[in-house]
Amino acid sequence: MNELRRLIIKGSVAAGTLGVAVGAGLLVPTSVLAAWPDKAFGEKKMDDAISTLLGSGGMTESAEINIKAPEIAENGAVVPVTVTATMAGVESITIAAPNNPSPLVASFDLADGAHGYASTRIKMGKSGDVVAVVKAGGKLYTAKKEVKVTIGGCGG
Amino acid sequence: MSISRREFLHLMGMAGVAGLLPGSLRATAGRPGDLYEVPRFGNVCLLHMTDCHAQLNPIYFREPNVNLGVGAALGRAPHLVGSALLKHFDIAAGSHAAHAFSYLDYDNAARTYGKVGGFAHLATLIKRLRAERGDGNTLLLDGGDTWQGSATSYWTRGKDMVKACNLLGVDVMTGHWEFTYQDSEIIENIGEFKGAFLAQNVKVTEEALFDYKFSDFGGFDEDTGLAFKPYTLRTVNGVRVAVIGQAFPYTPIANPSRFIPDWTFGIQDERMQSMVDKVRADEKPDLVVVLSHNGMDVDLKMAAQVTGIDVILGGHTHDGMPAPTVVENASGKTLVTNAGSNSKFLGVMDLDVRNGKLQGYQYRLLPIFSNLLPADAGMQAYIDEMRAPYLARLQEPLAVAEETLYRRGNFNGTFDQVICDALLKVNDAQISLSPGFRWGTTVIPGQTITMEHVMDQTCITYPETYRREMSGADIKAILEDVCDNLFNPDPYFQQGGDMVRLGGMDYVCDPNQSFGQRISNMTLNDGTAIEAGKQYMVAGWATVGSESPGRPIWDVVADYLRDRKQVKIDKLNTPKLVGMSGNPGLEAYPSV
Repeated sequence: MNELRRLIIKGSVAAGTLGVAVGAGLLVPTSVLAAWPDKAFGEKKMDDAISTLLGSGGMTESAEINIKAPEIAENGAVVPVTVTATMAGVESITIAAPNNPSPLVASFDLADGAHGYASTRIKMGKSGDVVAVVKAGGKLYTAKKEVKVTIGGCGG
Repeated sequence: MSISRREFLHLMGMAGVAGLLPGSLRATAGRPGDLYEVPRFGNVCLLHMTDCHAQLNPIYFREPNVNLGVGAALGRAPHLVGSALLKHFDIAAGSHAAHAFSYLDYDNAARTYGKVGGFAHLATLIKRLRAERGDGNTLLLDGGDTWQGSATSYWTRGKDMVKACNLLGVDVMTGHWEFTYQDSEIIENIGEFKGAFLAQNVKVTEEALFDYKFSDFGGFDEDTGLAFKPYTLRTVNGVRVAVIGQAFPYTPIANPSRFIPDWTFGIQDERMQSMVDKVRADEKPDLVVVLSHNGMDVDLKMAAQVTGIDVILGGHTHDGMPAPTVVENASGKTLVTNAGSNSKFLGVMDLDVRNGKLQGYQYRLLPIFSNLLPADAGMQAYIDEMRAPYLARLQEPLAVAEETLYRRGNFNGTFDQVICDALLKVNDAQISLSPGFRWGTTVIPGQTITMEHVMDQTCITYPETYRREMSGADIKAILEDVCDNLFNPDPYFQQGGDMVRLGGMDYVCDPNQSFGQRISNMTLNDGTAIEAGKQYMVAGWATVGSESPGRPIWDVVADYLRDRKQVKIDKLNTPKLVGMSGNPGLEAYPSV
């Protein structure tokens, strides 16, 4: 199996869409999605990226969003992140790393009836929060988790 | 040997309170006895050793005078040293126990009480306790860091320790430094180990699962992706005891990931919770024990968050804690222990388990004084035979110690200073860096420093040295990074080592500050300020990211010692501390 196909299969199993393969730069966006939101992914500030992508409505912090990510990353280049949202009517799950040069990392549009679940791996240049924004019932909810990216080397 | 009544009371007195039924103290308190007379209590006995770092023969080991607790950890076990520790646990000064648990009057006490540890002496104690508690009523658990730390373990790739543990009858183990050998060697060693090797927090990476090279290994589970068995169920005196393993969560960060590229770790407390729930549902155990290499602060947090664990037997941070900490959580209480290092202690947890539930406990952390416990002949014969081919190299005299040489403590120990000074001199550098490991034995004044002592302090599977330029900003970044691993107020962000050791420079450290703000006033030994934009020649060893080009550190240190002949520390590069005055994790410190 070639590497690209593997990753696409894994990505689609994990997320239920091809969004991950797109976010990882594996596919030319225009060949997959007609309206690739390049402006949002190019924003340098997280708040700008979120409002460009999802509109500028206010966000509510929610305990119904669970972010699973390591406390300290084993490799900042591939940090595994899983977002689970248990509220009703989840339309999309967006993942951002505000300390990255381009904070918007991935956004998953979910079909009606899909579980609020997205899993991917993100690149983090340095320590900071991983932010999840969930759109459900037309409203935006958010949660965050701190992930440390260290130089490493003196445990024991 | 007789001991004082107060000491006896203390050693006998660490029984359970705080909601669990205490052990029957009164019945035994008045009787004189030897240090190792532990009255029977309950029906299940867990014998716990951890972090022996492959020390098969008796050694000296000085406990720290600096083990700072900040934030919620301030003044709380394990962040107590010296007289504060003795006071907290009600240990009489000048006693055997005081020497075992503290650095106080170290040189004199070490001469008086002799060496500690040694597998032959440990074996004698374990056999005695097994006999006293009856066949099949004990379990021997090893928290890991067993295959690394001595020259012979390095030269035999951990195999000398696998054999020693099989002789000792270790039932269950987990790991950390075990994972610094090549993955194929680890799998082979586990195959030779007669007990169970457990780790609920090690998975095969998703990439590696496609074509996993150890898919035939018995511990691997293709469905869960776990690389090792997560738990084992043992029947002890008719009681069903589940033991779950927790390996060191940050192994691929604190140590090279290149030796174990297919395995991913992490604290995984959500998985731990579901593992406890699943084990309780499927196996109906009477007792759930976690054998952990998290480090004590991480164990304390995990015990507060994860429910359904009766006992966490902990290691990694090398904290010899005379009594467990009782942690309350949403569904009950969890006992958390930490059992020191270097084969110096054996934890004895006697449990009263009835009606499917833990009713009470009695705990001792017994120091292994080799003068008080005769060597087990079988174990000593094995050790001597195993060492024979290496003996000449191990015993090579290098220099004589004029003061106590030790490592353990948050900042430079005196043996670290020797290593840092060796790097400066032999590698002709301005600044030297050495890792803040917590293992490494102690040499007392007048003792000859042998090659074995040097190996005790340095032998790792990535010992290569380097010499390169770094900017002042780079050096500060390294110091800040390691300092946060030590003093981050959230234990889940700590890695459990001590601060990086330095030669040739000094600094001011304020542990209460946040990341990036703790280090200031960096100066060279001559007082010149270290400038962010200026380049400095730095020597070091133990690079985690990739292999360094230089000679192994032990050769560098041996060269230095042969040349030096007499060793006394000219200058200890230990930081000036801010905000730590009165901290019970700090005593006898030069500059606060």
